Amino acid sequence: MVYSKRIDGRKFDELREIEAKVGVVKSADGSAMFRIGDTVAIAAVRGPRDLYPKFMQNPKKGILRCNYNMVSFSVDERIRPGPSRRSREISLVTENALLPALNLEEFPNAVVDVFIEIIQADAGTRCAGICAASLALADAGIPMRDMVCAVSVGKVGGKALVDLNKKEEDYEEGSSDMPVAMLPRKNEISLLQLDGDMKPDDIDGCLKLAIKACKKISEIQRNALMGKYQMEKEN
Amino acid sequence: MDNISREYLIKTLEKNRRMDGRKLDEYRNIEIEYGISKHAEGSARVRIGDTEVLAGVKLEVGEPFPDKPNEGTIIVNSEMLPLSSDEFESGPPGADSIELARVVDRAIRESNCIDLKKLCIIEKEKVWIVLIDIYTINNAGNLQDAACLASLAALKQAKIPEYKDEKIDYSKRKDKLPLTSLPVECTTVKVNNFLLSDPDFYEERWNDARLTIATTEKNEICAMQKGGSGVLSVDDVKKIIEISLKNGKSLREKLK
Repeated sequence: MVYSKRIDGRKFDELREIEAKVGVVKSADGSAMFRIGDTVAIAAVRGPRDLYPKFMQNPKKGILRCNYNMVSFSVDERIRPGPSRRSREISLVTENALLPALNLEEFPNAVVDVFIEIIQADAGTRCAGICAASLALADAGIPMRDMVCAVSVGKVGGKALVDLNKKEEDYEEGSSDMPVAMLPRKNEISLLQLDGDMKPDDIDGCLKLAIKACKKISEIQRNALMGKYQMEKEN
Repeated sequence: MDNISREYLIKTLEKNRRMDGRKLDEYRNIEIEYGISKHAEGSARVRIGDTEVLAGVKLEVGEPFPDKPNEGTIIVNSEMLPLSSDEFESGPPGADSIELARVVDRAIRESNCIDLKKLCIIEKEKVWIVLIDIYTINNAGNLQDAACLASLAALKQAKIPEYKDEKIDYSKRKDKLPLTSLPVECTTVKVNNFLLSDPDFYEERWNDARLTIATTEKNEICAMQKGGSGVLSVDDVKKIIEISLKNGKSLREKLK
């Protein structure tokens, strides 16, 4: 069966509703909430701060440490608290997705910690986490050469589309899911994964969708950051 | 508010005020938000001042304990996320986090606020397990009271999913979790000779002793926990009970 109409009625290149807000964790150096549809991520940045044990320090530049976690009640089947193989892998690829945007040379021997918590999950959690983390890093004033935007693209029932929700991810007639993170100014790709099968031409089409979506996301991120400073000015 | 010293804190208290202008027995502003995750049977976010805690209730089916073959069971767990404080580290829960969860557990268990007999599916074989998970989002002091309030809010909202042919259908939640009362916890710290309700970050850091008291609407005390390395007098304990009964009432109002 051809997937001619999306389950939630969106157009094939349409993102779910997005809400972004910075400064949600008061004691952190930077923080943000990023909601896309029913997926909600919050991220907090702590640092630059001293890194121990000392042998892990880099005298040339600061290091980035990411920790991605889903809260136990963010999905139907409770997740046992604590790290899993999945969360470790996502923490790693998140780190690699964010690093190209950061300039950590000002912070030798220090660490910048990024903590990501998924409060409610409806697919696309790693991408929401990256969007929140990028906002939190900017909020913390870490020097960055661009924002990092992430979205999942893919094919559901043979049709290329953007920002899969859980029902689309689980679509019976076949679904492939390709999370992409980008630095939107130059369309540089900093995260790319794929679950499912695609033809070489499909990848090209999906990447085009991702580029368009990331531009939109970066606008929303910029507005969230500007919104905070606007509010500070008014107060 | 960086690095307030103990001396400065005491000096301020001697002028008969707290650093944020509160009275000694006054709470910060409290906000409760329900239903923060649609995948939880019940969930809530509680803010007490800048302190923020999330709690979620999940239900699973499991075996009852042999000595209580017709009763459901409760498990309370807490994660003091490194996201929420510079002082919390990654890794398995430390003693503080375990204490936080266990003190919430005691208030819930000892008040018998969940009617566990109604959570029996098949005697001796199948009962509902109530899993309460607490996550700290920002630590600005008094995580304990926020954790207890968030847990009760989540329980109050919780609905039991359908159980059919050995399977739980989380998309169909119907009956409310049977609650018979609303225990709340009130924490007071002693700094020098001052008794402070709802301690903020520095009042908590510089406390000599801490006492958490869980009360119910019948003015019964169902759990206590003394913390901190100092001591309390009998008179202190009496005063703290009195304060906790009074503040407990207004905290419970927030849940209604």
